[in-house]
Amino acid sequence: MNKDELLKNVNEIFIDVLDDETILLDYSTTASDVEDWDSLTHIQLVVAVEKKIKVKFTSKEIQSWNNVGEMLDCILSK
Amino acid sequence: MFKQLKKNLKKDFSKFQHQKIALLGDSSTQFLAQSIRGIGYEFELNLDLWETGFNQIERQILDLSSELYEYNPDIIIIYHSSHKLLQKFNKTSIEERIFFADKELSNLVSLFQTLKSNISAKIIYYNFTEINDGIFGNFSSQIETSFIYQLRKLNFELSNHSIRNKNIFICDISTIQNKYGKDLFFQPSIYINTEMVLSIEILPHIAKYTVDIINALNGKIKKCVILDLDNTLWGGVIGDDGLENIEIGSLGIGKAFTEFQYWIKSLKNRGIILAVCSKNSELIAKTPFENHPDMILRLDDISVFVANWNNKADNIRHIQKILNIGFDSMVFLDDNPFERNIVRENIPEICVPEIPEDPAEYLDYLYSLNLFETVSFSELDGERTKQYQIESIRAEYQQNFTNEESFLESLKMVSVVEEFNKFNIPRVAQLSQRSNQYNLRTLRYTENDVENLSKSKSHKTFSFTLEDKFGDNGLICVVILAKEDKETLFIENWFMSCRVLKRNMENFVLNSIIDYALNNNFRVLKGEYIPTSKNEMVKLHYQNLGFIFVSNYWTLDIKTHIKKQTYITVK
Repeated sequence: MNKDELLKNVNEIFIDVLDDETILLDYSTTASDVEDWDSLTHIQLVVAVEKKIKVKFTSKEIQSWNNVGEMLDCILSK
Repeated sequence: MFKQLKKNLKKDFSKFQHQKIALLGDSSTQFLAQSIRGIGYEFELNLDLWETGFNQIERQILDLSSELYEYNPDIIIIYHSSHKLLQKFNKTSIEERIFFADKELSNLVSLFQTLKSNISAKIIYYNFTEINDGIFGNFSSQIETSFIYQLRKLNFELSNHSIRNKNIFICDISTIQNKYGKDLFFQPSIYINTEMVLSIEILPHIAKYTVDIINALNGKIKKCVILDLDNTLWGGVIGDDGLENIEIGSLGIGKAFTEFQYWIKSLKNRGIILAVCSKNSELIAKTPFENHPDMILRLDDISVFVANWNNKADNIRHIQKILNIGFDSMVFLDDNPFERNIVRENIPEICVPEIPEDPAEYLDYLYSLNLFETVSFSELDGERTKQYQIESIRAEYQQNFTNEESFLESLKMVSVVEEFNKFNIPRVAQLSQRSNQYNLRTLRYTENDVENLSKSKSHKTFSFTLEDKFGDNGLICVVILAKEDKETLFIENWFMSCRVLKRNMENFVLNSIIDYALNNNFRVLKGEYIPTSKNEMVKLHYQNLGFIFVSNYWTLDIKTHIKKQTYITVK
């Protein structure tokens, strides 16, 4: 899977978890750009991504990304 | 799934029963709170969740001016996590570790006691899920100073404490971890980042268990199991295969049915009523119960036996009429998906588990549903089946009479009238939780509440049994009077088992109240009917007894009241 395809997948997960059809992610999207993406729902998103894409993040990685792009890079590095 | 529970939060709760729940945890509990409110929606409960800030359990309870007391919840959920327990254990000196569980328990007891003396809320306490830190390996079980030894001891002592303290209800989340495994229960990376000790996947299970207890406290319990026969209680079809060839006993798949029957029998022994609903001719359907050596269930375990070729929904309605309990307190077990759907479509209130195709899986599936939650148990519960059986004999006997009075007279009914005492407290509490139809104000009482009422100087309590020539129904009616002022007795609650309808019991009860009122110089009896979806039956209760409706209450002038006819005498 390349980064663009991954972005699409992750975008769908965000829509599903946050129950918001209007979410449109790009590499530079941060938590403050998305309504309802807070420290609590972040955990829900992380767990959903882990489950759907079948990756496992380390404790450090979970809080290390500054934007969606960094999260995708992290997944691709696995 | 947690995601669905979260979606429930956006729905309309306004028509549901409202209850205030305080959630006190030593870890992050936001998701747990959302899950509990979310699953409440599925049971038509509007649970208002209030959380303490993180790790404030002790402060909120011990400081009587805290927000907890200000919030004044109906139910308090306390969750001390095993992770925090381990942290505490690690900080305990080696010499003190042998007393760790004892000390923790005594801390808990002082929290419980503070709550008990300051607030009437019921307490739900999550027990400890096991963590084996592996310091001694398997040998931990034999080392009193190991963590797992102390944790298990604490769980056990907690159970013991809650046996004696009836306002505490243990939520057995340890069994949830046993079922799903610690790897699913706990996600270390999330714990490190958030202080959440419950994984997102396990939250719905924990919430379900919690709400199961809340439902039972609200009187929503299962009272009856209706059983299909062929391929449900035994393998094969009795009408086709014959007595010798049905599968039951220790061989092959028969073992699954035997174990299933043992489970059903245990339910019966603890007071769940059993009924049979089978497409069979009655005579043939009964032969295994009478003649098969390996059958665990026998005819005297079954309260109502219906075997014919009618539609099962109609048969279940017939069973419901005999037992006189709500459809929502019934569970229907049938291996045939077609029959299950017919019943489900025609009687939506009834619980119809989607039992697995393979009989070997029946039991574990049914265990997992936790259908038979209860918050009380009385030794007499096992008698219930017999009482329903006697009731049908009585109904037959009544057909010999054209006149109701002479029937009632011939029953030779006697009643023991007593205040609440330590012997009847469990049954009084249970009757308050089980009675839905004949219940004037539908207040539910725990054993602890009943005990408090028995000591209260501003209340007078009555309990009534009813026995006749056919047998003893046990304690079947309760009245609680509140002394409102020198002249007025307010009937705080009046509830009765529907097993003893149409025996003039209400006349006898009223006469007993009047006698008490006269002897103590009261002048007015005041009653109230609070309607629920189930107590329509007693809408005119007070009117029928001669009360007059005055400004929202029913009142009776004791001096001018003429005693009612009754065929019951005091035993």
